[in-house]
Amino acid sequence: MISNPLLIFIAAFIVNNILLMRYIGLCPFFGVSTSLSTAFGMSTAVLFVMLLSTWVTWIIFHFVLIPLDLVFLRTAAFILVIATLVQFVEMFLKKNFKTLYTAMGIYLPLITTNCAILAVTFLVIDYKYSLFQSTIFAIGTALGFGLVIILFSAIRERLEFAPISRSFKGYPIAFIAASLVALAFLGFVGLFGLTL
Amino acid sequence: MKQKVNHLKYLTEGIIIENPILILMIGLCPTLATSITARDALGMGIAASFVLICSNIVVSAIRKFVVDSIRIPIFIIVISTFVTIVDYVMQAYTPALYRVLGVFVPLIVVNCIILGRAEAFAYKHNIFDSFLDGLGKSIGFTLIIVIMGIIREYLSRGSIFNFVIGPKFLISNPMLFMIFPPGGFLLIGIFKAIINKFILKKEVID
Repeated sequence: MISNPLLIFIAAFIVNNILLMRYIGLCPFFGVSTSLSTAFGMSTAVLFVMLLSTWVTWIIFHFVLIPLDLVFLRTAAFILVIATLVQFVEMFLKKNFKTLYTAMGIYLPLITTNCAILAVTFLVIDYKYSLFQSTIFAIGTALGFGLVIILFSAIRERLEFAPISRSFKGYPIAFIAASLVALAFLGFVGLFGLTL
Repeated sequence: MKQKVNHLKYLTEGIIIENPILILMIGLCPTLATSITARDALGMGIAASFVLICSNIVVSAIRKFVVDSIRIPIFIIVISTFVTIVDYVMQAYTPALYRVLGVFVPLIVVNCIILGRAEAFAYKHNIFDSFLDGLGKSIGFTLIIVIMGIIREYLSRGSIFNFVIGPKFLISNPMLFMIFPPGGFLLIGIFKAIINKFILKKEVID
């Protein structure tokens, strides 16, 4: 198990990239990567919510579920906490931080069902990370998500005007482009001895 | 007679015309991540199918008592109950499979197919129809994930369900590309293109 914070960050950011290497969070990946501005809004919202929800669920797991011997409620507890948290954050931002709220816009409520958020909260429990390591892991994962989704939105803006045969238009060519991007990311495997 | 045809439609729709993966493009994460070998794919398909069918039945059974404004949290609790059951049963009886599937077992709870069917179908229909709808969608999901698993396992190891059948050159020079993430993306892209060519012809041309 990796314990060096820098390695945790690089593993989460590039080597085990959540979208391309772990295949988590693909629905928003193909949904919002159609233009640069939507990709940017989505990745800001993911960074924000991922960090908050990792903290909250880590604290709940270690200080509520374990002492009370309720570990089997993990799945139900986490998803309800995240759903409530997102609603609460949305109301708070709308009232106090208008600019941040408009930047994240409609993506905030959509994030509740984003499997990337829930996956990170499960993974930090499975890897037995401390709160500090979990924070690094969440930041790395969210930045990796943002990097790929922004890079990919540029590719998809190009694909809009490319001459593609009819049956490959839309999703099929997006998947094949994703395959090539993933192939490029496969080149990072082995960096600092980090594996898939 | 007309009524009977109508019921069967719910079952058959999910397999091809409304196939959750290929047509509706939801539930992609488990499809790509767990279709590395045919056996893992079948395990994932059965686990997700169990949750989908059970949650459809329960949501349909309680639909008369559920208050409309808090229905989504209730659906999530129903789904996560079944996910927890699957999680613990797999941990106890198929530990090897559970280790391979890893975080994707608890992640069934956010699989869009399941919440989507609870909201769009089971909440409005009776128990039997919901069961048929869940069964149909489950067959559609499991079918595609197992086909992908078979293709990826055959090309990367020359075997299907761990039975070695491939020609010699495939076993000595396997396409390792297919077990890595790029292979999964490529395969589903090709699947989708084939579907566009034969089934969705009219919509694509528009």
